[in-house]
Amino acid sequence: MRAIKLFGLLVFIIGFTLFNVVFFLASYRLTPEAINAKISDTSKRELFLSASSDIQQQEFTSSFSFVSELKKLFEQINQEQLSNYGITQEEILDLVARGGKQFSLASVDSLYLGGDEVSEFKKKAWKDYGSWLEGRAFQSSQELQVQLQGVVTNINQYGIINKVGFDRYQVKDLIYSLTKASARGPVSSNPILFLFLTLGLCIAGAVVYILPKLSLSPGIKNDGVFFSVMKNTGWLGIFTGTWLIVFYIVLYFYPEYMTNWVALVDPVSRILNGNEAGRFFLYGFIYTLCIIVMGVRMIIHYRHSKYQVLRTCSVMFFQTAFAFLIPEILIRLNKPYFDFKNIWPLDYSFFFDSRWNELISGGTLGIFMLGWGIALILIGVPVLVYFFGKRWYCSWVCGCGGLAETLGDPYRQLSNKTIKAWKVERWMIHSVLVFAVVMTAGVIYTYWTGASWFLFFDSYKLREVYGAFIGAGFAGVVGTGFYPLMGNRVWCRFGCPLAAYLGLVQRFKSRFRITTNGGQCISCGNCSTYCEMGIDVRWYAQRGQNIVRSSCVGCGVCSSVCPRGVLNLEVKDEAGRFGKPILIGNNHIKI
Amino acid sequence: MIIGNGISGTTVARHIRKRSTYKITIISSETDYFFSRTALMYIYMGHMKYEHTKPYEDGFWKKNKIDLVRDHVERVSTQSKSLILQSGKTVIYDILIIASGSTSNKFGWPGQELQGVQGLYSYQDLEKMEQGTKGISRAVVVGGGLIGIEMAEMLVSRKIPVSMLVREREFWSNVLPLQEANLISRHIRSHHVDLKLETELKEIQPEESGQVKAVVTSSGEVITCQFVGLTVGVSPNIDFLKNSGIATKRGVLVNEFLETNLPDVYALGDCVERTYTLPGRRNIEQVWYTGRMMGEVLAQTICGDRTKYEPGPWFNSAKFFDIEYQTYGNVRNELADNESDFYWEHQSGIKSIHLVWDKISNQFLGINSFGIRLRHECFDRWLREKRSILFILDHLAEANFDPEFFPRHESEIMKSFGLKFPQLEFNSGLV
Repeated sequence: MRAIKLFGLLVFIIGFTLFNVVFFLASYRLTPEAINAKISDTSKRELFLSASSDIQQQEFTSSFSFVSELKKLFEQINQEQLSNYGITQEEILDLVARGGKQFSLASVDSLYLGGDEVSEFKKKAWKDYGSWLEGRAFQSSQELQVQLQGVVTNINQYGIINKVGFDRYQVKDLIYSLTKASARGPVSSNPILFLFLTLGLCIAGAVVYILPKLSLSPGIKNDGVFFSVMKNTGWLGIFTGTWLIVFYIVLYFYPEYMTNWVALVDPVSRILNGNEAGRFFLYGFIYTLCIIVMGVRMIIHYRHSKYQVLRTCSVMFFQTAFAFLIPEILIRLNKPYFDFKNIWPLDYSFFFDSRWNELISGGTLGIFMLGWGIALILIGVPVLVYFFGKRWYCSWVCGCGGLAETLGDPYRQLSNKTIKAWKVERWMIHSVLVFAVVMTAGVIYTYWTGASWFLFFDSYKLREVYGAFIGAGFAGVVGTGFYPLMGNRVWCRFGCPLAAYLGLVQRFKSRFRITTNGGQCISCGNCSTYCEMGIDVRWYAQRGQNIVRSSCVGCGVCSSVCPRGVLNLEVKDEAGRFGKPILIGNNHIKI
Repeated sequence: MIIGNGISGTTVARHIRKRSTYKITIISSETDYFFSRTALMYIYMGHMKYEHTKPYEDGFWKKNKIDLVRDHVERVSTQSKSLILQSGKTVIYDILIIASGSTSNKFGWPGQELQGVQGLYSYQDLEKMEQGTKGISRAVVVGGGLIGIEMAEMLVSRKIPVSMLVREREFWSNVLPLQEANLISRHIRSHHVDLKLETELKEIQPEESGQVKAVVTSSGEVITCQFVGLTVGVSPNIDFLKNSGIATKRGVLVNEFLETNLPDVYALGDCVERTYTLPGRRNIEQVWYTGRMMGEVLAQTICGDRTKYEPGPWFNSAKFFDIEYQTYGNVRNELADNESDFYWEHQSGIKSIHLVWDKISNQFLGINSFGIRLRHECFDRWLREKRSILFILDHLAEANFDPEFFPRHESEIMKSFGLKFPQLEFNSGLV
């Protein structure tokens, strides 16, 4: 058995090492074909083709030098366009001279008579950015000049860069897609082989490592958990955490460096949705694989408990079908991308104008998706939490929960159980909920009114901050990267706004609770230790009190690890849910 | 002043604090803070660290104004109402509560003091076991009780081959009926423990270094081993009370109010021996729950509400490797004359139910359950209400405490009961 396990581990390490090698395994050469394929705007494409003629001849050996070269190139193009199309100081002074203390678009027309492309551009820019000044009289010509200067700043910053240059979003996208298209090497020429050599070997190794667990008798087998360098924040745990953190940072903030990884799954993506893979396709692919492979481990580990087996099958199913396959197939059918089990505010972009426009224009199905999403928020959450507790979502359906319950299961014992951590948790998670609500209110306000300024902030800025700090930083980098450091539910416990919402319902209006069995508790501490949400379950169990906590995701592991059969997840009449602590078996005892 | 920071001492301290502002001090030489003794095995097995076995955060004691002293009580002077400590200090008490627990039994075997021979009761025992089992190739556990099987499980978790010497016909058959004892014996063997039934320890042989080399069994077999666990029961830890004037026999003698022969001196938990009998209970009860319940009662007495210790129907639980065990009421290893019983075992061989009732009145007397969780609250009530065996069977499903989706066996049990006792008809109600 040991030999089989070691062999599996070895295969996994080979696959994992190759996966990391693949990251660096390409050289880069910018080709006109790549440029033609990736830049759709004709005039910008021409501009880029001529500006990049020098580096088109060069072969770059690393993505780092290639990316920095591309960055420089875009910078340089933008600078040139600014000097070509930028409105000069003389032109401003000229306009001031013509208008005196008043601005009029007529004077703009009379300034630019050339009729050439540049003059037409400038005329249009003045109209787009300066028409609000039309006819307004100022105290002095200096004052007008100041106003015009402001308009010019806006034109330079947004008008020119957007229209004839490359704005920062475009630059980010293009650097990524050009890098991917320019990569040449063994991966891009033979992605399927490398997919098997990397992720394939990882899966095979993991499965071979996991299966020998079947030789142990069914039952709780936590032997050696706290001696493990992986499961008790030893060097391997720290290494794993660091790797995951770096992976997430690259994925969210520097995707241009991981194009080789994305290229691995191009063939899979083509089969599923007909297009080449994006970074989030790769992410979804690996994510799903992790849930399936580690789900198998979870099932074997807890195979004596039908509750755990069914629950794990459920998260495996929802991830594979709802989060991964169905959205990809929707794309293939030219329908909007939609994950039917994702719920706002976890799905924080649900109310974004881009999403709504896409859904509204998506026909009957799009409208249904819109209605479905709203029904989940308003009806699905409260009704299902009332009948089953928040576990129906958090540990049976949710993707984040699914990863935590499978890939994260070996780390559940690392959550902090102190009262202080509980305090921090309550402040933090509810703050994120408030943040999500305010951000979304701003987005909706902007959608209806068109004004970006809501209350005291810019709704565009706010959604960007939320996306970067909560969506990517907290949910991704911290949420998963911290598995081996602070347990598998860091995001769910401290950050998830949907968990906060579900939790409020669970705390105040639900039939769900964990009951304790009379006086049978021996305070051993297994329940608290293995509670991934950091609930001090023993505190309640040893005084015979129901556990009614907003954070409980109902994973049922406290009940599974209890050696005395004390804990049980139950749904029954609401009455008596908040019962007094009472240990039975002893007469004459009053509380 | 409380001697001992186990479940008994801690419970009485917490409940006194709930009811009064008395100054409370707990003395222990074992650990700084209360931990769950029953969880010692999990520390060794790596399921938990010592920190996890502490039911209360360290700040709890200060917050609740319970002083903790780490010292060992050498002697009690009841005349001067003081304790003489190992550190040389003397402390004065107004009220003394003795909750000093147990020590492991040794029956004078040759070699029982050798290195690598020990019991398992205290945190220090655990540390010793950790040291004593490093890199060894075989261990022998002597005794077929709860601590014995725990020790075997601990050693198995470290992949150390274990031989287990059990005096009885089956594992724990001095407590369990043969059917269940046999079920557990089979389960122990399925975990590759070399279980030797009806076998006793004759002697323990030493290396020259004073380390254990082998044990010799009553059948004359010599088992080479480097570690011997002696788990043949525990006895009250009362040596330090010699000449104190506090009456002791096997344990500290107490009445219904947990009072000793001397005023202002009380005792509870493992270390006491009751001078009166309680039906269905032994006079020395070394069980977690007993310590806790005595603590709840004694705190009321100390705080002016003199209360008798009157536990409800007997209950207990344990876990043998993968099989959980619960019992409510009294199921003895051998039926009394007035008793009738029904045993059901699942085809898997790891689940069973054993019911005992009064032959004449049909009153339900007790249940043993293996691999199936039952509600304490239901059985506590039904035993107090003196329900009939038929009522119990009728309501068995109600008492099931297994998690959702677990397979249920009530109908199978009823059917099999009906076949065996066709003359008893199912009509629930009081006896």
